[in-house]
Amino acid sequence: MSPDVIAAVMMSVVAAATPLLLAALGELVTEKAGVLNLGVEGMMLIGAVAGFGAAMVSGSWIVGVIAAALAGMAMALVFAVLALTLLANQVATGLALTILGVGLSALIGRPFIGVPLPRLPQLYVPGLTDLPIVGRLIFGQDFLVYLSIALVVGIWWFLERSRAGLVLRAVGESHDSAHAIGYPVIAIRYLATLFGGACCGLGGAYLSLAVTPMWAENMVAGRGWIALALVVFATWKPLRTLAGAYLFGGLAFGQLFLQGLGFSVPSQFLSMLPYVATIVVLTLISRDATRIRLNTPACLGKSYHPDH
Amino acid sequence: MFKSTIKAAAVAVAAAMIAAAAPASAADKLKVGFVYVGPIGDLGYSYQHDVGRLALQKALSDKVETTYVENVPEGADAERVIAQLAQSGHGLIFTTSFGFMNPTLKVAQRFPKVKFEHATGYKRANNVATYSARFHEGRTVIGAIAGKMTKSGKIGYIASFPIPEVVSGINAFTLALKKVRPDAEVRVVWVNSWYDPGKEAAAAKALIDQGADVLSQHTDSPAPIQAAEERGIYAFGQSSDMSKFGPKAHLTSIVDIWDGYYINRAQAVLDGKWKSEDTWGGLDSGMVVLSPYNPGMPKDVAAMADQIKNDLIAHKITSFDGPFNDRSGKQVIPAGQHLSDEKILTMNYFVEGVVGDLPK
Repeated sequence: MSPDVIAAVMMSVVAAATPLLLAALGELVTEKAGVLNLGVEGMMLIGAVAGFGAAMVSGSWIVGVIAAALAGMAMALVFAVLALTLLANQVATGLALTILGVGLSALIGRPFIGVPLPRLPQLYVPGLTDLPIVGRLIFGQDFLVYLSIALVVGIWWFLERSRAGLVLRAVGESHDSAHAIGYPVIAIRYLATLFGGACCGLGGAYLSLAVTPMWAENMVAGRGWIALALVVFATWKPLRTLAGAYLFGGLAFGQLFLQGLGFSVPSQFLSMLPYVATIVVLTLISRDATRIRLNTPACLGKSYHPDH
Repeated sequence: MFKSTIKAAAVAVAAAMIAAAAPASAADKLKVGFVYVGPIGDLGYSYQHDVGRLALQKALSDKVETTYVENVPEGADAERVIAQLAQSGHGLIFTTSFGFMNPTLKVAQRFPKVKFEHATGYKRANNVATYSARFHEGRTVIGAIAGKMTKSGKIGYIASFPIPEVVSGINAFTLALKKVRPDAEVRVVWVNSWYDPGKEAAAAKALIDQGADVLSQHTDSPAPIQAAEERGIYAFGQSSDMSKFGPKAHLTSIVDIWDGYYINRAQAVLDGKWKSEDTWGGLDSGMVVLSPYNPGMPKDVAAMADQIKNDLIAHKITSFDGPFNDRSGKQVIPAGQHLSDEKILTMNYFVEGVVGDLPK
């Protein structure tokens, strides 16, 4: 393969991985606080349609990106009110959020069907971007790709090295203890859930503004579920999430690339791989009591009320 | 599982809506129902059927009333939706996807007075007609255009599912391509979806990375056109005119036009002349149309494309004129003959010039 082809392939892998990475990072923070929000797919769809619509109406991609994050947060807020304040079952609420997102995004998106938009602008540094192979990969991406990488580092630092991150993890590990020490459990879970919603919104917007700059009904097409699987696959570690997103993205693109070369890989098998990998990791978690299981937030998905 | 839950919920809501709307309708109008497999927002297959429905509504607005149910899964739910339409006083019902075949026939048995029309299937009854379009004729024309426009001789083809309709499209395209450019090859990538913009774009990029400089697609989103535009190569659209997604890249689209058929069939019911029959219209019937060529396409290429189109319309040629071989080199049909409709409808092999195996 020529250097140009290698560079182009890597760009395509980045495009496939970034929406997964953004959404999975958001869900990771949410889950670290002990909240299981299964509405990732719905929040991504709402982010995709809001981002596209805002960018189209305003003519500015920046407005689109901000709108996507806010729309994702709005969806997460619905979840938070139901599941955290009203103590509805988190699994059921999350599923309902996805179903709501599918329908609502289709409704909102009606006027945007069939409208083309320019792609998110990509960085261009004279000299550097023109370097062979790594030039475009490192110096030629768009804002959301750089943001996703920055988030990996930022979230890693926040969770592992900051006091606030420690508190968030404490809330996820044992909400009763955190409450007893005097931390506002519900407020912290609200913030984590909203952050997760914003990230999922951005993940959706990456699809509708960068991968395929258009709005199409149900365009997230199951990537929200892959992002959810990815969080488990990465055992709630930001750096592993990065690796996992690029692995899943690489598999998704790689199988299409191999088909073009004439290799017959059953594509159904490869579509299945992310989930198989997740099941394997889940099995490992249940076997390995010390190393991996420690990463799983102990209060994940459990409702909390201070009076209980 | 989740998807089917969502769909089931949507179907239940849609069914309730039909039931609620029924008593309010005028009694003397013919009620025409449409069942779509996808959302009408897909900008492709279901969208074009809905364009046909709207044309019918407009053309016979004082005599017909139309209803549609979108996103209907191909299975037990479909039967319920179709029965619901029949029950609520619809006189003519179009079920527009292959998987609605058996549900349509079952419901038709229970409602002998209601007329049913099933798209792309092959089972008929006294009150069930079938209709489809010879999409492969459009592919013959664009295959020849591709042969003229390619420099590398590598054509990328983004395909949905290995069903005869898609396979015959790939073969028609390849046969026409190789007549114009004998050394060209078609690289097929299956995305296993009718509609997943992200995956279609990724498939397009993979093919472009491998040197394809013309793309054809048998999936419904304009994502491959966008990818082609971004990389500065050519592409053909599918189902509806996709030129605005790639003004430079888009050469032409194969467009399905159901307007005339829907109007004729509703008119036939109104006149009491409706019969159960099989309609398989091609370029000659106006069911398959090519959208306007890209203005940048060379004049001689456009002239050649028009010539092939006219020859197909005049039945001077067909998409599958012999002689040609399958991929293993075995002759499918000798010179002077062409494939029968039945052979086209059951096609399960690739012709010479296609790279990659046909998934089994």
